[in-house]
Amino acid sequence: MGFHKMTTNTTMHPTHSPTALIEATDLCVGFGGRSVLEHIDLSLNPGEIVTVVGPNGSGKSTLLRALIGAIDLNRGRVRKAAGLRIGYVPQRLHIDPTLPLSVRRFLNLPGRHPRAQVDKALARAGIPQQADTAMTQLSGGQFQRALMARALLDEPDLLMLDEASQGLDQTGIADFYRQLEVIRDEIGCGILMVSHDLHVVMRAADRVICINHHICCQGRPEAVTAAPEYRALFGTDDETALAIFRHDPHQHPHDHDDEVRDAG
Amino acid sequence: MLDDFMMRAALAGLGVVLAAAPLGCFVVWRRMAFFGAATAHAAVLGVAISLALSISVFAGVLAVALLMAILVTLTSGRGYAMDTLLGVMAHSSLAFGLVAVSFLTDVRIDLMAYLFGDILAVGRDDLAVIWSGSLLVLALMAWRWQPLLLATVSEDLAYAEGGSPRRESLYLTVALAVVVAVAIKVVGVLLIAALLIIPAATARGFSTTPEAMAGGAAVVGVGSVLLGLWGSWELDTPTGPTIVCVATVAFLLITSLARLTRARALH
Repeated sequence: MGFHKMTTNTTMHPTHSPTALIEATDLCVGFGGRSVLEHIDLSLNPGEIVTVVGPNGSGKSTLLRALIGAIDLNRGRVRKAAGLRIGYVPQRLHIDPTLPLSVRRFLNLPGRHPRAQVDKALARAGIPQQADTAMTQLSGGQFQRALMARALLDEPDLLMLDEASQGLDQTGIADFYRQLEVIRDEIGCGILMVSHDLHVVMRAADRVICINHHICCQGRPEAVTAAPEYRALFGTDDETALAIFRHDPHQHPHDHDDEVRDAG
Repeated sequence: MLDDFMMRAALAGLGVVLAAAPLGCFVVWRRMAFFGAATAHAAVLGVAISLALSISVFAGVLAVALLMAILVTLTSGRGYAMDTLLGVMAHSSLAFGLVAVSFLTDVRIDLMAYLFGDILAVGRDDLAVIWSGSLLVLALMAWRWQPLLLATVSEDLAYAEGGSPRRESLYLTVALAVVVAVAIKVVGVLLIAALLIIPAATARGFSTTPEAMAGGAAVVGVGSVLLGLWGSWELDTPTGPTIVCVATVAFLLITSLARLTRARALH
């Protein structure tokens, strides 16, 4: 590839990297005169896990939605690799209760898939029993898992997750992020995620991008948490917790309670 | 067979409800009920224009309904909420339409026929127009079914997977305009939205898949047309409103029945 996976410098220069899955150049988005995203440059390579963090209302979700093409750009452009398959897990998804839609049918939208493939995806997402349950009957956590199962169904090149761990309990969240690395290794996809869940997210990320309408700082998790721009936004409280996580992330692979206690 | 006016009425009604069934499901799922009603109301302006220009009512109504739907789609999200915009456009075009019709002194028209429909006066030409429009809408729905469903579940998911939800809603808008234009003779502008919404809402009570709901809406629609025609013949009542009354009774019965069985299943 000729492109080192772990980019440690704090300013990226995405000069049309031929290997990038997705690449945004000078992205500007605004709604009704209010600027939400300013001059965002960002690119993501295969196999890379990048996390976008930022305070509430900093434009994290807008960034993902701009990247998938759901929002008109005021300026800049988004380049996607040819034939790029994106698995996207939105932050909010409301299905009207008048729409009778089972989990299986949801996974078969818009393309039909073999029954076994759907079952496998649901099993991998941890809801093997819910194939015939209506989407509107699922709990918050089950709903997130169904979204995840659908995003992974076609083995995407790029997985985009917007607060994908919401609705999961502490154990579920820890499992979830551990699973992301497994997924990355299995299907070799790039992962771009947004989360406010700083502790756990940072552990799974190769690179962290901290935004507050513009990119404040970016780089490896340790580098970013040390950056003054990051501290100005989040304070330093998370540093201790992060240090504990970084210390030995695979120490308790099956003992979530310990991790939760450590984090608290 | 087509010589009998009752037979023509039944065929006209069936043509409309068959197209309205899948489209009505989307109207319900996407909460576009008011959009449907507004497009229908705007049709009166189309009637006035067609009479003034001596063109076919179908063409005039189709043009105005399309124009109205596209205008709303383009202007929505620019300051006013969608329903406010719809309210302004729908009622103003209804009012302007009614005023415009009053100027047409040399044309003696029965406005009631356009407001409430005149299904018993459907001719062979009308039947051809209704069924062409209906088959066009059915073909469109069948062709776009999966992408439309995905865009209804989540526009963002559709975008992420390379779809174009805006184009899909344009298809819906066009289909809606066509159904309004062909249904005006059958139930009139004031009751078109009822034929879209009530059968679909009724079918929700017993459906577990989107396809079953569309099929169920068609069954409910067909039943309402046939029973409504028979009822209006027996009771000597206006036909269009009778059809809608039958559909509403079906809605009440099936919805309460579904509630009951669901409550019993829980215990």
